[in-house]
Amino acid sequence: MTPETTTERQATAASTAPAIELKGISKAFGPVQANKDISIRVMPGTIHGIIGENGAGKSTLMSILYGFYKADKGEIWINGSRTEIPDSQAAIAAGIGMVFQHFKLVENFTVLENIILGAEDGRLLKPSLAKARRTLVELANDYGLNVDPDALIQDIGVGMQQRVEILKALYRQADILILDEPTGVLTPAEADQLFRILGRLKSEGKTIILITHKLREIMETTDTVSVMRRGEMTATVKTSETSPAELAELMVGRKVLLRVDKTPAQTGEVVLDIKGLTVIDDKGVERLRGVDLQVCAGEILGIAGVAGNGQSELLEVLGGYQGGTGEVRLNGELLDLTGHLSDGQSRRNHGIAHVPEDRQREGLIMEYQAWENTAFGYHHDPAYRAGLLMNNTAIRDDTTGKMERFDVRPPNPKLAAKNFSGGNQQKIVLAREIERNPDLLLIGQPTRGVDIGAIEFIHQQIVALRDQGKAILLVSVELEEILALSDRIAVMFDGRVMGERLPQDTDEKELGLLMAGITDTDAPHSVAEVEANLAKAASAEKRT
Amino acid sequence: MDYLTFIQLLDSTVRLATPLLLACLAGLFSERAGIFDIGLEGKMLAAAFFSAAIASLTGNVWIGLMAGIGASLLLSGLHGLASITFRGNQLISGVAINFLAAGMTVLIAQDWFQQGGRTPSLVGGARFEGITLPGADAMADTPIIGPLYSELISGHSILVYLAFAAVPLTWWLLYRTRFGLRLRAVGENPASVDTAGISVVGLRYAAVGICGILCGVAGAYLSTALQAGFVKDMSAGRGFIALAALIFAKWRPWYALWATLLFGLFGALETRPDVIEALIGMKVQGQLLGALPYIMTVVILAGFVGKAIPPRAGGEPYVKER
Repeated sequence: MTPETTTERQATAASTAPAIELKGISKAFGPVQANKDISIRVMPGTIHGIIGENGAGKSTLMSILYGFYKADKGEIWINGSRTEIPDSQAAIAAGIGMVFQHFKLVENFTVLENIILGAEDGRLLKPSLAKARRTLVELANDYGLNVDPDALIQDIGVGMQQRVEILKALYRQADILILDEPTGVLTPAEADQLFRILGRLKSEGKTIILITHKLREIMETTDTVSVMRRGEMTATVKTSETSPAELAELMVGRKVLLRVDKTPAQTGEVVLDIKGLTVIDDKGVERLRGVDLQVCAGEILGIAGVAGNGQSELLEVLGGYQGGTGEVRLNGELLDLTGHLSDGQSRRNHGIAHVPEDRQREGLIMEYQAWENTAFGYHHDPAYRAGLLMNNTAIRDDTTGKMERFDVRPPNPKLAAKNFSGGNQQKIVLAREIERNPDLLLIGQPTRGVDIGAIEFIHQQIVALRDQGKAILLVSVELEEILALSDRIAVMFDGRVMGERLPQDTDEKELGLLMAGITDTDAPHSVAEVEANLAKAASAEKRT
Repeated sequence: MDYLTFIQLLDSTVRLATPLLLACLAGLFSERAGIFDIGLEGKMLAAAFFSAAIASLTGNVWIGLMAGIGASLLLSGLHGLASITFRGNQLISGVAINFLAAGMTVLIAQDWFQQGGRTPSLVGGARFEGITLPGADAMADTPIIGPLYSELISGHSILVYLAFAAVPLTWWLLYRTRFGLRLRAVGENPASVDTAGISVVGLRYAAVGICGILCGVAGAYLSTALQAGFVKDMSAGRGFIALAALIFAKWRPWYALWATLLFGLFGALETRPDVIEALIGMKVQGQLLGALPYIMTVVILAGFVGKAIPPRAGGEPYVKER
């Protein structure tokens, strides 16, 4: 872009109306005020970030803009004219396109079928499909959005699926694109690719609203940023004039430590010793191919890797609910990997505690109350028993104590697990596992879907456990988290450990290459090479 | 088994497969849109009664057919109301419809006709007669093709031809039209349809409506074409066999045709113990033969279906997420 066109665009931007202007939007769900008197102006041709914790009301606000909900109060102005958006059809007609966090794609339809769904040109499909095919070629040329129109959605990776969502919006001639937590499911390389695409869209004059809770994305990609907290818009600032620390404080309402405070590790004896661990799943696919790892007392070993490269299977084998072959020793004692002692109960008796990756499916029973969830796995504890029956009062009292110590809010043991926020659910699981004083803590995705404030707390708890001389095996797809917490980092790719690094001697770039299966990290590598490798790994994931 | 016996067996296969095929396609529309329907049985039964009753009262089978379709549509609407509008449990709603139909038909039949829960036998214009296709009589004596045409292809009631025509029509509607694309999408991922600005509720009611019409025709066929009048519980589990066929067919129209023909063949064999005896060389008890379609349903579902993936959103009421 030449300097002239830039000034030209700025000049037109200054003279034109905002692409979107919301005035005093309020929305309540029963007693919960999801949005309180929110006003916002988004200028055309800019990327505007909306940041806030889970439940701050970001998604509700965007759902109102997209016609999913009707605001109780307030006005929506699009390109300077007041617009009623009673349903999604009206939003689409107003030139608004939305890329949801959970894609709205039909898995067993082709890319092309998904794109025309709802935007067909007539009763018969053939002409619509032909037209979409032509348009797709144009869009690919204009924005660098390449997809295979005939591929089935279930056969392509998440990065590609997201591209289809963007294409869906562009096919409907959206000028305003809303992306809700777009990088939650993407690998670092895919996220970079997405931001390149967004940059391209912006330079073509599209307006983009980026909803995220990741400060780094806001700082790197947006022009302006609005911060939401508890349903209110607390600030709108130019991105260039703010800092991550300031944004975090605006989000949470207090100062937040973005960096994990920890002293160097005082490592002791080897606690966990894994040799040649191999896992073959039900379909005969080798998920772990001879993994060797050691974790010492007083140490956090972080496992980095793109999801689906064997990390989950590693946790499952160690947690006792997936068979495997090889040798795993805990404090020198051989663990039973396939026999009748390979279950969660035996593992707990050995001193292994497990915070599973998917807390809603493996860590908790969502319909059960907090105190019931606290007893799971430890229900044989004599303290929880009264003769043949469970001593419910003792469990509830114990849960109340745990909730206080782990700052679970609200501290009500009789509330069902599903009624806690993600962060508080995780704290319940963490309290259950950590307070058993395990020798080894397995912890997967400790802060997935957890607010900044709770992340800080959970990280502190993990480090505190380490400082008590416990061994910790941490699996996370968030590189930042791995780098911040780990004393040692192992990178997994396609069921193998590609290498180990010390956090102080490495960076995201090197780890990113290892995560893509490239071990000679000093040599130059093209983006295409990394993407090709990642695609290979992603197709491995698809096999499950 | 001689050629003519074989043709006769196929002929009765076609007759018995017809109600299964119609019900199976009915279920296909409903389930492809994400509404599970175990009430096919009840709708068929209600339609069978009302078409026979009205045909008997008016003497016009076409009015009877309309009444049958109307009754079935009413029950469809009930199912739609329970499972789409009020987001209730689709299985419970289906079970309720089956019970309702089973009780209601006999009760009304007794009240109207006082013949022990039956309708009077239908005669003349109150019944669908077989249609003799042009040249069928002339060709009857031609070897091979003659019996094939005059016995197997010709001589069925209009509803049989309608049912078989419904197969390519369903296929075309599902895979070649906008309506079909949206219908399939709403059964797989209703959120994708909703965000595209199309009414999930409207599409699902349309699907349930088509299901009602097809079930109505299936029921009317039972009492006004296959038999001449309504008897208690005359659907005899056909709605459930149609559901089994639907799973066997993996929710696809052409597969549905083959699946229902297979079940039709089992039904036909039941009526021809002589053929079975000739085939396997021993006499089989009549009761066992009568149970054959049902036994085969279980065997096929348990052993031969393989991995049948139902529409992903099937059975789940659609609630907009927050």
